[in-house]
Amino acid sequence: MPKRTDISSILIIGAGPIVIGQACEFDYSGTQACKALKDEGYRVILVNSNPATIMTDPGTADATYIEPITPEMVAKVIERERPDALLPTMGGQTALNTARALSHDGTLEKFGVELIGADLKAIEKAEDRQQFREAMTAIGLDTPRSRLINNFDDADEALEHVGLPAIIRPSYTLGGQGGGIAYNREEFEQIVRNGIRLSPSNEVLIEESVLGWKEFEMEVVRDKADNCIIICSIENVDPMGVHTGDSITVAPALTLTDKEYQRMRNASIAVLREIGVETGGSNVQFAIDPATGRQIVIEMNPRVSRSSALASKATGFPIAKIAAKLAVGYTLDELDNDITGNTPASFEPTIDYVVTKIPRFTFEKFPGADARLTTSMKSVGEVMAIGRTFHESLQKALRGLETGLVGLDPVELKGTEDGEVDRQAITAELSEATADRLLKVAQALRVGLSVEEVHRACHIDPWFLERMAEIIAAEKRLEADGLPSDVAGWQKIKSMGFSDARLGQITDHDEEVVSARRRGLGVRPVFKRIDTCAAEIPSSTPYMYSTYEIGIGGGAPENEAEPTDAKKIIILGGGPNRIGQGIEFDYCCVHAAYALSDAGFETIMVNCNPETVSTDYDTSDRLYFEPLTAEDVIELVNGEQANGQVMGCIVQFGGQTPLKLAAALEKAQIPILGTSPDAIDLAEDRDRFQKLLQRLELMQPANGTATSTEQAEKIAEQIGYPVVIRPSYVLGGRAMEIVHEPEGLRRYMRNAVVVSGKNPVLIDSFLRNATEIDVDAVADGTDVFIAGVMEHIEEAGIHSGDSACSLPPVSLDRVVIDEVKRQAVMLAKGLNVVGLMNIQFAVRDGEVFILEVNPRASRTVPFVAKATGVPIAKIASRVMAGEKLSAFTLPTRDPEHVAVKEAVFPFARFPGTDIILGPEMKSTGEVMGIDKSFARAFAKSQLAAGTVLPDGGVVFISVKDADKAAIVQISKALDDLGFSIMATTGTADVLKDAGIDSHRVKKVLEGRPHIVDNMLSGHVDLVINTTEGAQAIRDSFSLRHTALTHNIPYYTTVEGARAAVRAIAAMRDGHLEVTPLQTYLTGSF
Amino acid sequence: MTDPAAIPHDATAVLVLADGTAIFGRGFGAAVTKVGEVVFNTSMTGYQEILTDPSYAGQIITFTFPHVGNVGANVNDHETVSPAALGCVLRADITDPSNYRAERGLDDWLKSHDLPGIAGVDTRRLTRRIRDIGAPHGALCVSPDGKFDIEALKKLAADWPGLEGMDLAKQVSCTQTYTWDTTLWGFADDGRSDGYGTMTEPKKHVVAVDYGAKRNILRNLAAQGCRVTVVPASTTADEILGHGPDGIFLANGPGDPAATGIYAVPELRKLIDSGKPIFGICLGHQMLALALGAKTEKMHMGHRGANHPVKDLETGKVEITSQNHGFVVMEASLPDGVTVTHRSLFDGSVEGIKVDGKPIFSVQYHPEASPGPMDSHYLFARFRELLG
Repeated sequence: MPKRTDISSILIIGAGPIVIGQACEFDYSGTQACKALKDEGYRVILVNSNPATIMTDPGTADATYIEPITPEMVAKVIERERPDALLPTMGGQTALNTARALSHDGTLEKFGVELIGADLKAIEKAEDRQQFREAMTAIGLDTPRSRLINNFDDADEALEHVGLPAIIRPSYTLGGQGGGIAYNREEFEQIVRNGIRLSPSNEVLIEESVLGWKEFEMEVVRDKADNCIIICSIENVDPMGVHTGDSITVAPALTLTDKEYQRMRNASIAVLREIGVETGGSNVQFAIDPATGRQIVIEMNPRVSRSSALASKATGFPIAKIAAKLAVGYTLDELDNDITGNTPASFEPTIDYVVTKIPRFTFEKFPGADARLTTSMKSVGEVMAIGRTFHESLQKALRGLETGLVGLDPVELKGTEDGEVDRQAITAELSEATADRLLKVAQALRVGLSVEEVHRACHIDPWFLERMAEIIAAEKRLEADGLPSDVAGWQKIKSMGFSDARLGQITDHDEEVVSARRRGLGVRPVFKRIDTCAAEIPSSTPYMYSTYEIGIGGGAPENEAEPTDAKKIIILGGGPNRIGQGIEFDYCCVHAAYALSDAGFETIMVNCNPETVSTDYDTSDRLYFEPLTAEDVIELVNGEQANGQVMGCIVQFGGQTPLKLAAALEKAQIPILGTSPDAIDLAEDRDRFQKLLQRLELMQPANGTATSTEQAEKIAEQIGYPVVIRPSYVLGGRAMEIVHEPEGLRRYMRNAVVVSGKNPVLIDSFLRNATEIDVDAVADGTDVFIAGVMEHIEEAGIHSGDSACSLPPVSLDRVVIDEVKRQAVMLAKGLNVVGLMNIQFAVRDGEVFILEVNPRASRTVPFVAKATGVPIAKIASRVMAGEKLSAFTLPTRDPEHVAVKEAVFPFARFPGTDIILGPEMKSTGEVMGIDKSFARAFAKSQLAAGTVLPDGGVVFISVKDADKAAIVQISKALDDLGFSIMATTGTADVLKDAGIDSHRVKKVLEGRPHIVDNMLSGHVDLVINTTEGAQAIRDSFSLRHTALTHNIPYYTTVEGARAAVRAIAAMRDGHLEVTPLQTYLTGSF
Repeated sequence: MTDPAAIPHDATAVLVLADGTAIFGRGFGAAVTKVGEVVFNTSMTGYQEILTDPSYAGQIITFTFPHVGNVGANVNDHETVSPAALGCVLRADITDPSNYRAERGLDDWLKSHDLPGIAGVDTRRLTRRIRDIGAPHGALCVSPDGKFDIEALKKLAADWPGLEGMDLAKQVSCTQTYTWDTTLWGFADDGRSDGYGTMTEPKKHVVAVDYGAKRNILRNLAAQGCRVTVVPASTTADEILGHGPDGIFLANGPGDPAATGIYAVPELRKLIDSGKPIFGICLGHQMLALALGAKTEKMHMGHRGANHPVKDLETGKVEITSQNHGFVVMEASLPDGVTVTHRSLFDGSVEGIKVDGKPIFSVQYHPEASPGPMDSHYLFARFRELLG
């Protein structure tokens, strides 16, 4: 069946900002879909509010709407574009829910838009717990006992039916949000109440616990002719009870007999048919009782997912790309398997390696959050590793996580203090699913617990535990005998995945010594190809991973890398997503690959994050799916150096990850492109940087560097409190704090050692009430191009990643902007920047201070590129490869539209944590609002970030003393807009003095009914609350917490509130309209 | 002469190829030496079914998936009474089993069936070599004391005559006629009552000619309501027709179809002329083709895996199939009146044929699966319909 010709334009909805449960895997899928459909000649229309995506590059779709993904706004896009079809399966839950809403409200019917890929009935059958259950029963598949309830009164009966522990799953929430496991009645009632509230349909499913069962996933693809194929099976190492996104998983499934596997295969295909997914990819999850083999269906997603991205990377089969083509009528046998280049897509990939995925968590950023893993997803990123065996794959994944691990490192374990082994304490510890449980499991084996004991405690399948025990047995031999002395010994130990660093730890040597000895014996990794077919068919695609092998018949181990004789540039990616380092950096790496390919270089990507566009085999000429450690990178670069010419590595685009490798690469005589690592170090090194600023006669806030508490106190005393304190060499403001008094400083220093390691802490004077400015620039050593000047909405002191910002600046004087640009140029030249540079300034009373300079890609690069239409990451990479800025046509004027970036936070995932913003970054993603005026662009940014600004009603205002002057103007504006104001005493007094009436309300500590009572009763529509000082913050916690959990829009800074009020006023002047990015921008992309 | 010093000190097994290449590793299974053709299989599950598939007679199987043995071994996953394969080549060591169905470890199982295994081999390297230059002859020797006579093993491999011209069907075929009534595997929730069913009310009678039949073929026939009479490969057409069957089934099997065809083809021609419905699988398919006047040839590299796409040319549907064959029916040699019904989407080769106007058809692949996807079970129903 050839493609459909009765449709010519297709709307794709993206997933919006990066949040927990929806990360860059949907950029990967969406980009593939856009490209595939465009290639087929369809007009592709895209809606996505996330500017940091490749899919929103103006060249990816024909019309790109960076607009809020709400049914109302998407309806406007439909009205304007009149697409023939809507493909709702590429943008995660966001796209499915939006498509569902547009179906229900009649928009699709009104404009004659056909849902392709999955229709409304299929979406609802899959997503609605009750319908799904009935569908499964209809086809004879088992599901857990359960009851669906939509009010709390029915909870009792449901609990009786399923028993404790019980699983609670709210309907239609993302990543299992609001769900959980209840072990007792109290927990049960609490989770059910919360779940009913969070579910858009106010429904929760109460389900029989299958905790401890084995969990599997099948990635299925179906075409119009009902051909069904399994792309990949995935087995969760963590048993049932941990959200699959938070589970360590392996591919393929390793503990099923063929009979069980085929039963699961049949079941997953039957599920797709019954649910009615006509074409495309779906994911079906199963639980298996390890004792009896009883198989039950847990759920299915009728769309591409995080798991399908993982399966695509694990096998080389591009599920989203194929799914997009199937949606327009192709059948699988009509499509090619790109990897082999000579077989069709209608087959099932078979692999000859083991893939391990490990999630990455950031609980350290959310004090008060419950760090136990449950059915509600909490991880922010993941790493994938490929090895020939589970041992190798696991240890590669652990070191790729970049949490400081070099393998299966020893950890502290409760019950092993003082050299004692308290088996009961250990097993109690292992029974709780936590982020580092696997390491604890290894530690338990290390201190002598048996596989059986550990299995009973954690229910991880003994097969995995045995393999870990083998790793530990190997460790013990190394401890006793030292490093191997011959090639065979080295091959054996390296093929278990031990890194040189880990071997050094075990045998008490420096990593360099270990590497030197290994390489001295000629023991080097070889590279194998991911070819979808376990070598049965020759493959033309250089998608590779490293492993250690023994040659057959006395020959050298076979290496399939086959480096070409080209001029090549190696791009080092950013590794697993984390807060502070995510999709923005992947965007930059992808742009580098595109631009340098265009410039005629062979591009080679190295990364280990399966969610990304950078790890699509299509993005670069060659792809190494490898951990970003010095050992792994140097080995592959050396391999590439065997033929052709390695021009250099790009280490500035992947965030902190590749930068950390710069020194080791230089030491290994591997050239680094662009700004020298020394200049990057200069910008980070306080003393050297200060000297540069003095030479350039530029100002920075008073500051100092301390390596001890005494020294820190002395410095703080000199420069005066409050001070900003942070460790050096961190990204995302990790452990950055504003301290107001010596006690705070001492507390910080007590804890700081852990986060800063050998590096000193930096102390800066904190500039109160200053405006922060971000500047992104590209320099070539001669010229400097200022790509964007962004004014932060929130004041200096809020992490730049968490602050909203406006491009062009909204309130700054021309004079100040020109001064900022002048200083940026001086710094670029002073640091001899070749490539990208980001500078953060603070402006107070017309004075410009330099807060930070980073001669590398910044988080704002994609935003600037989208806002201005200048592909700065592409230009920067070509400059790094030797071209001059003068060769590019660059705009000289600011755009006439305004773009606002707003941050998106995961607070709802971490009940118990405070939503107040500070110098430590907490946001997971961002959205962009773009319009003709600041106020409207800001309004869009709020809507896109999920904040629905009220058009009237009651605003609650309570601000700290420092903000009282500023709040008057804001309150006046709200009063004029017809809001009634509710305020706490102090604030109300100030307003009264200014002639503004307000209703006085008690603080929580002042007795009842207080403000939280009012909020809970639904009497508050908007919250403006600023606060400072540890005590005041604690006292007002419940009010912010209530705003968060009850979806009441809130602002915790006056500047944010001011912008919100302007936005509310602007929306009164006319509804928000949608405009494609391509009309704002000019030029070709 | 291989320098004894070149033998790794911890090697307890070696696979010596006819060209003298010695691949050392760790020994598993029985401490014996076996000589045969070294092939590979890319399935990720079902190693026990593969090792017991009679079509692998005369062959040493390289498993491309590194971890083999994870789910142990059990009596239910046998495809015949005793394994026909000669041994296995593995990447990783065999582990203790972890599966509720396991009755013993794979290592133990190999020992009890006198099969050698070698682990620690770069099986991908070996597979690529087989893919590029064809399946070599090899001698696999497990020697716990690490002593090997490489030259002698090389000679064994080099002197092995090869599959071409070898009639292996006779070796693996049953020697006496028997009746089969076991049907397909079923799972029960409690795990204890999992098991095969029994066909109690036969609707039709099929005679299956056993060139090396996998049990799951017989189970599929029984599941269609057929009483199955299994007869040895050398049974004559008269004897077969003497059982009074409603249809005749030609089973899979090992070796060179031309060699088996010498005695099987004349009988088959008589069966074709009898007008009875005939269904052939794998070697049975090749026998049928030969009987119809077509030719077979040895493939450069066989099809061995559980992920091969085959297109049913009549319905346009693609089925994912289990495959294990090193010989193929030459399309150009098909006589008039024989139509290609199924084709490999990997290399376009003939995967199924039918005789126009007669109830006779056959497929090259394994619709009975085990291991592999069950997409093609429909063929048994199709056969059942032909039985009237």
